[in-house]
Amino acid sequence: MSAHSITEPTDRAKWIAGGLVVLYALVTMIPLAWIMLTGFKSPADAISYPPKVVFEPTLEGYVNLFTTRTRQTDDFLAANPPQNWADEIVRQYDMVIVGPSKFGERFLNSVIIGFGSTFLSVFLGTLAAYAFSRFKIPLADDLLFFILSTRMMPPIAVAIPIFLMYRNLGLSDTHLGMILLYTAVNISLAVWLLKGFIDEIPREYEEAALIDGYTRFQAFYKVVLPQAATGIASTAIFCLIFAWNEYAFAVLLTSATAQTAPPFIPTIIGIGGLDWPAVAAGATIFLLPVMIFTILLRKHLLRGITFGAVRK
Amino acid sequence: MAEVQLQGVSKSFKSTKAVIEMDMTVPNGAFVVLLGPTGAGKTTTLRLIAGLEKADSGDIRIGGETVNTLTPAQRDVAMVFQQYSLYPHMSVRDNLAFPLRSPILKTPEDEIARKVQDVADVLHIPHKLDNKATELSGGEMQRVSIGRALVRDPSIYLMDEPLSSLDAKLRADLRVELKRIHAEMAATLLYVTHDQIEAMTMATHVGVLDEGRLVQFGTPREIYQNPSTAYVAARLGQPRINLLPVGLLDDNAPPGASQVGLRPENIRQGSGRDAVVVRVEHLGDQTRLHLKVSDHDVVTLTDPHTSLAPGQTIQIAPDNPVFFDAEGARIT
Repeated sequence: MSAHSITEPTDRAKWIAGGLVVLYALVTMIPLAWIMLTGFKSPADAISYPPKVVFEPTLEGYVNLFTTRTRQTDDFLAANPPQNWADEIVRQYDMVIVGPSKFGERFLNSVIIGFGSTFLSVFLGTLAAYAFSRFKIPLADDLLFFILSTRMMPPIAVAIPIFLMYRNLGLSDTHLGMILLYTAVNISLAVWLLKGFIDEIPREYEEAALIDGYTRFQAFYKVVLPQAATGIASTAIFCLIFAWNEYAFAVLLTSATAQTAPPFIPTIIGIGGLDWPAVAAGATIFLLPVMIFTILLRKHLLRGITFGAVRK
Repeated sequence: MAEVQLQGVSKSFKSTKAVIEMDMTVPNGAFVVLLGPTGAGKTTTLRLIAGLEKADSGDIRIGGETVNTLTPAQRDVAMVFQQYSLYPHMSVRDNLAFPLRSPILKTPEDEIARKVQDVADVLHIPHKLDNKATELSGGEMQRVSIGRALVRDPSIYLMDEPLSSLDAKLRADLRVELKRIHAEMAATLLYVTHDQIEAMTMATHVGVLDEGRLVQFGTPREIYQNPSTAYVAARLGQPRINLLPVGLLDDNAPPGASQVGLRPENIRQGSGRDAVVVRVEHLGDQTRLHLKVSDHDVVTLTDPHTSLAPGQTIQIAPDNPVFFDAEGARIT
């Protein structure tokens, strides 16, 4: 390989590129590592300065995250010995566990709303994208632009009208309401991404299936869908990440019933203010589903983020 | 198998007229080849019959039944596309079985297995049945897509330049294969190509298309010997027919004629006008002579062992010429 080859980068270029990638990975991963470590610190270690890198790990944060506790008198504590390891941990603050916290419920809400809206966005998005890609639709370009334009406004700009609308419709603080809302926001992304993918699938496949004796829908289902799997997977990841992390609408529109994890986590209060280890524990658990989902679909994602521009 | 009839069929895409007032009958059991250059409307004609396009006007009948409003599935036609036609996410076996599993045919699995095996044998791909469709060579892919049509017993097989992406050897093999299949299965075929050899070797009938119009329809022999226009004459025959101005040779042209059409084999040597030999091509079984007659190129055939050399002058005269008027229409 000569130094000026256009096909193969030089060793020096590779080292520089590698270094940049490592640097970028560090920048993005240090906060994550920080959060994960903080979850295992004691409240004192969590706010100590300079920050402790080496510390004695404790599950206090996780216990506090999942439980509610009350302070008790010495007499009561003496009469009721700790039942398990979690009890032991809270005893050091003269407290007893009185029940589960709301975190489990909030987390479940996030799962229902996040995955529910992702499924709905991708389902409707695929059908719409297929129609836009294959059929002659009057004013198709304008419609597509209109669909995209719903994404241009910051969510907070429509939050008040939606809040009023939802109150009248009885959708405030319901799972259905949040699923519909996130679907409405995500559908533009889904339609545009998926249209790109479906445009790349030659029509001849469906035409062959039509002639082979299948209906339009069967051809779509049996021939187009399997080939759009890459696009569908990557679109699903994008939709899930949005719905999962969404904060503004969740704060405004949910409270007792359908509150998701993002507005809940910052409200975790411990002794003397915010319980940082519990917040960090909540954030860590909150990260897991999207991480697992992305890892499961990463093969598709890698090919998907080229937006079907490269043919295999 | 059934007769397919087109009556006054027209189709436009925006301002382009793809097919204009086409009348054509594909007789039951015929092997009809549509011939024409790119853009002549060959593929559109196939797609209209298949139901992938809707005609702007006119009637299409399959087996006597008007199918204008039927979906492709209801028309019971099989089609081989020029490319891209294998389902990439399925094995070869599933590709071949796909039409048989359709809700219209709902073939029992044991019968599917038998038919798939039969077709795979015919096309010499039985060892590839469990490959993924994407793991085949171009020739194998095209054989599988022909196979996907052959597993069925449709009213008509439509084939859109199925051999154009294959190499010469495979093309020749498959030509023979298709002809055999046509004979054995008594199948009706409508076959689109721009390769005149395919037309001449396989067709029972040839339809020549020019800018969306069917200019002539008949047996290959008829079209070769009695072309209705200069355009049709130029589409068949290798080397191409010589189209020369009237009076260049001693042709006894009828009044109104402006062009003389002379097949290479219809030029007599030994008497007539002077022609200078420009090039001699020895092809083994035949020898082509490229001649110059007062600035006009003329190609003819001669004795394979000829001793003629460039620069020599010979005399040539027409034999059975055909005449065309200024518009290219035949004058008899």
